[in-house]
Amino acid sequence: MGLVLLAVIWLITLISTYFFVAKSWFPHGASVAAPWIDHQFTLTLVIMGVVFIAAQMALGWLAWKYRDHPGAKPVEYSHGNVKLEAIWTTLTAILFVGLNLMGSHVWASERFEPAKPDSVKVEATGAQFAWFFRYPGKDGTYAATSAKNISAEEQNPLGMNMDDPDAKDDVVSGVMYLPVNREVDLTLKSQDVIHSLFIPNMRFKQDAVPGLAIHMHFTPVETGDFEVTCAELCGLGHYKMHGMLKVVTQDEFDKWLASKEAEKQ
Amino acid sequence: MVAQEAHGHGAPQGFIRKYIFSLDHKVIGIQYYFLALSAVFVGMLLSVLMRIHMVWPTATIPFFGDIKPETYVMLVTMHGTIMVFFVLTTAPQGGFGNYFLPIQIGAPDMAFPVLNMLSFWTTFVSFMVMLAAFFVTGGAPNHGWTGYAPLSAVPSAAPGEGLGADLWIISIAIFCLASLMGALNFITTILDLRAKGMTLMRMPLTCWSWFITAILGLLAFGVLLSAGILLLLDRNVGTSFFVPGGLSFTGRLAVPPGGLSSSTTLITHNGGSPLLWQHLFWFFGHPEVYIAILPGMGVASQLLSTFARKPIFGYKAMVYAIMGIGVLGFVVWGHHMFMSGMSPYTAFSFSIMTMAIGVPSAIKTFNWLGTLYKSRIRLQTPMLYAIGFVSLFVSGGLSGPFLAQPVLDIPLHDTAFVPAHFHLIMGVAAIFGMFAGTYYWFPKMFGRMMNERLGQIHCILTLIGTYAIFMPMHWLGMAAQPRRYSQFTELQYLQKLLPMNEFITYAAIITVLVQFIFVINFFWSLFKGPKASDNPWEATTLEWTTATPPPHDNFGGKTPVVNHGPYEYSVPGAPKDYVMQTDPVTVAAH
Amino acid sequence: MATLSPSVTIHDPLTGRGGRGGDPPTIHGGGNNNGGSGSPDFFRRLRRARVGFFILAVWVSMLFISFTSAYVVRKDLPSLNQITNQLGKDWIPVDLPVAMLLVNTALLLGSSVTMELARRKVAQQMALAPVGAIPGIAIGREKTNLWLGVTAALGAIFIVGQWLVWQELKNRGFYVASNPSSSFLYVLTATHAIHLMGGIVALIYAVSASLLRKSIESRRIVIEIASWYWHFMAALWIYVFALLAFVR
Repeated sequence: MGLVLLAVIWLITLISTYFFVAKSWFPHGASVAAPWIDHQFTLTLVIMGVVFIAAQMALGWLAWKYRDHPGAKPVEYSHGNVKLEAIWTTLTAILFVGLNLMGSHVWASERFEPAKPDSVKVEATGAQFAWFFRYPGKDGTYAATSAKNISAEEQNPLGMNMDDPDAKDDVVSGVMYLPVNREVDLTLKSQDVIHSLFIPNMRFKQDAVPGLAIHMHFTPVETGDFEVTCAELCGLGHYKMHGMLKVVTQDEFDKWLASKEAEKQ
Repeated sequence: MVAQEAHGHGAPQGFIRKYIFSLDHKVIGIQYYFLALSAVFVGMLLSVLMRIHMVWPTATIPFFGDIKPETYVMLVTMHGTIMVFFVLTTAPQGGFGNYFLPIQIGAPDMAFPVLNMLSFWTTFVSFMVMLAAFFVTGGAPNHGWTGYAPLSAVPSAAPGEGLGADLWIISIAIFCLASLMGALNFITTILDLRAKGMTLMRMPLTCWSWFITAILGLLAFGVLLSAGILLLLDRNVGTSFFVPGGLSFTGRLAVPPGGLSSSTTLITHNGGSPLLWQHLFWFFGHPEVYIAILPGMGVASQLLSTFARKPIFGYKAMVYAIMGIGVLGFVVWGHHMFMSGMSPYTAFSFSIMTMAIGVPSAIKTFNWLGTLYKSRIRLQTPMLYAIGFVSLFVSGGLSGPFLAQPVLDIPLHDTAFVPAHFHLIMGVAAIFGMFAGTYYWFPKMFGRMMNERLGQIHCILTLIGTYAIFMPMHWLGMAAQPRRYSQFTELQYLQKLLPMNEFITYAAIITVLVQFIFVINFFWSLFKGPKASDNPWEATTLEWTTATPPPHDNFGGKTPVVNHGPYEYSVPGAPKDYVMQTDPVTVAAH
Repeated sequence: MATLSPSVTIHDPLTGRGGRGGDPPTIHGGGNNNGGSGSPDFFRRLRRARVGFFILAVWVSMLFISFTSAYVVRKDLPSLNQITNQLGKDWIPVDLPVAMLLVNTALLLGSSVTMELARRKVAQQMALAPVGAIPGIAIGREKTNLWLGVTAALGAIFIVGQWLVWQELKNRGFYVASNPSSSFLYVLTATHAIHLMGGIVALIYAVSASLLRKSIESRRIVIEIASWYWHFMAALWIYVFALLAFVR
């Protein structure tokens, strides 16, 4: 039985390790933050992986080596070893806390500072079960919205107050267009329940909480189409609440925005 | 008889007093155990339905028909709720704890036997109310076991958020009361009913784990009850604790029930905070997951020492580690909320505390390995599960430091990585703790041995099967597959992950079927298993000093006197390779 | 195989407190109606009940601590005004009928006094029990039930008074859902009232214990616990009142 246990534990460990490292599971990273986040992940994976392999191999080996069988050595009676305890406790604490501190500068740069002043402003609103993206236009301000004004027939999914002068240049789109290499100042809102804007390729995730307008920023560095999903259970349609981010050149972005504004006239 | 006086009641007569409304902690422990056994099969069935729908969304299942997306989310909610509350919070503590705590500390019963009986029946009522949610109009709720508002607070947010959600809250509120009664009993019993010589530092680690678990429950469940009350009010009375203003559900304003009337002065919900629900819930929710795992750790420690014939490595450190996990468990709840809109500075401090809680867990793991080193392991079935527990705890625990770092939580939060982490710990390691306890204590509870061969087969197959289910979920999460998705047909980047999802589904179905080996072994052994002696494992703790099964007052009128610690195995110079806790002082041991 | 080695004879029930020594030797055989006032069985049971009460108090406190933290957080929480798109506070302090609340408080504190009187009466009764057993000596009628009854009545009047406060609040325009401030007020006072009703049930049980002729020691334990719980309810009320009055 000891051999079976050792074999099972070792095999599971080796197969798992293989799958963790052999394939690159992360979606392709296309933002400024992506390499940093991926690097911190890899660091964590390596360290935890070493611990994982060491602990599982040790467990399997100990279970087999010290199995009771004729000729087994007698037990070495002991209640422990305080010095050993102190050493491995300290090492673990340093390792865990150190790992966390190393990743903290990425978190700080992502979240402790607001977006740069010249960033592209976009508002993302989640509703059961779609994302709406709004651009404030030249005045840089978003028109006020109210739930009472929401109307699908009148093409006003966000419930903008159409009498508000700011409403004239606001552009609402089901697809998010962004210019490459520019930071985007994203405002996240929700009309009903908590949603979460998740753009895997950008390593971007932030909950959209009703009643709050949450600011977050990221910078795309590659052009292309990137899928956008919802990452907080929001009801029966949670699985199909998806959208698309199209990162284009600055010229293409300006052209697109202009054409959307022209449509409104 | 003086000892009987302390016990307070004699052996009961009659079927009802003996088996239904028994005051005997042993009967109550078995009642809890069977409640949890029923609940786990309901929970497993729900999860199999979930897994089938995820990979074959259009399949029609015999007896169940088609599973619609809203049904799927309901299955997710009820699977999580039933498993966490009625299995993981019930069996380890209410089941084994109730049965064996008094015996292991040398007491004739729990401190408050009537309250103990009430605590079981309250839990039973709670379970019935929870199951009732399936059968009301709209069905069971859709909001996940975490019940985030406003999804859980506005009846029109989803089908099933009507009466079903109210019943869910009421069931949980009843469960909170049951847990209070349990905590009262456990803590008072440990503080006040230990036999002579049973100092706190001579208690088996199982008792320590039940002790700290009861304290965690004492401090955490009150907060859950308060959150539930506020949620019930938001849903039914129009208050705005968690619901902000101006919400629109498919174009309809979130008007409170009853609509506008002359006796209300406010028209709609306004100003509530969904984040408030999350804080209250997770302040309970995090200690809750430690409630789920600590008893399993206690059982693992107990069994590793017993079957390795060696004292547990670093008993004092183990005790402090349990306490450390308990204390730190209260200051880490924010790590469930890194993406919630919480302040990033607060997130940082929560993440440091979360990494800190990995330290006592690591100490326990080192000590388990240290116990095995230079020991002499009897690889009987309970030990197989204990070793399996350690393996699973290592695997599940090591994915924690990924999620504990907010910056890594950005890509990983709400992906399959999270269920991979918590299922390996709660859904498998804790369950292995229960299997281990079952095989270990079955002889004492029922006077018969369970079958070794079936036990070995079940252990190995379940170990392989559960790893096959939950290891791949890590990779799916790294590939950004979101959790709680009923199907993966809508997103292009998920299509290549379907084969792995199918693999998991097959593994899940097979593993669930393997559990019938355990059920067969359990019930067959109950009636036909070979008769057990009083101490078949040659263990040292007090339950093995008494008859099998124990008499009504546990020790047949005598009160034990304890002279030794709980893990005196292979003591040099001792006549046998184990010294029972009640052996005379003359035997050389600590 | 060692189970209980028969050469170690055990006389006393040495449960409780583990290795730190047993209890004082018994005077009689244990608790019964005419047991000694210092019988160890009584003190052991009382201590156990006390531990149980303390745990209950912690649980109830956690409930109110949780409500309090939600209260404090909600009070200062800005909410997004959908029309102006501005963040602002929406907490309107409740117009408390302070006079009525003070009357209720006085009732509850008075009931604590009567509860204490009941507790002392039964303690006195228990101390005098061996004297009363001597033929020819009368120790007078026990007035415990009277004080228990008065306490329960005062508690009931307090709850009626709270209900009147709620009516007055409705007159002033503060319903349950009117404003978060009033919502919390109703939640806090209702939760306290429900717990107080539990205390009244405990008092009724204490009275029934004497009618059912339970032993004086059992009754004293019930009344001791009931009195601690009752004082805890009074202290809790002071806390709730202070929170509503000063954290506005």
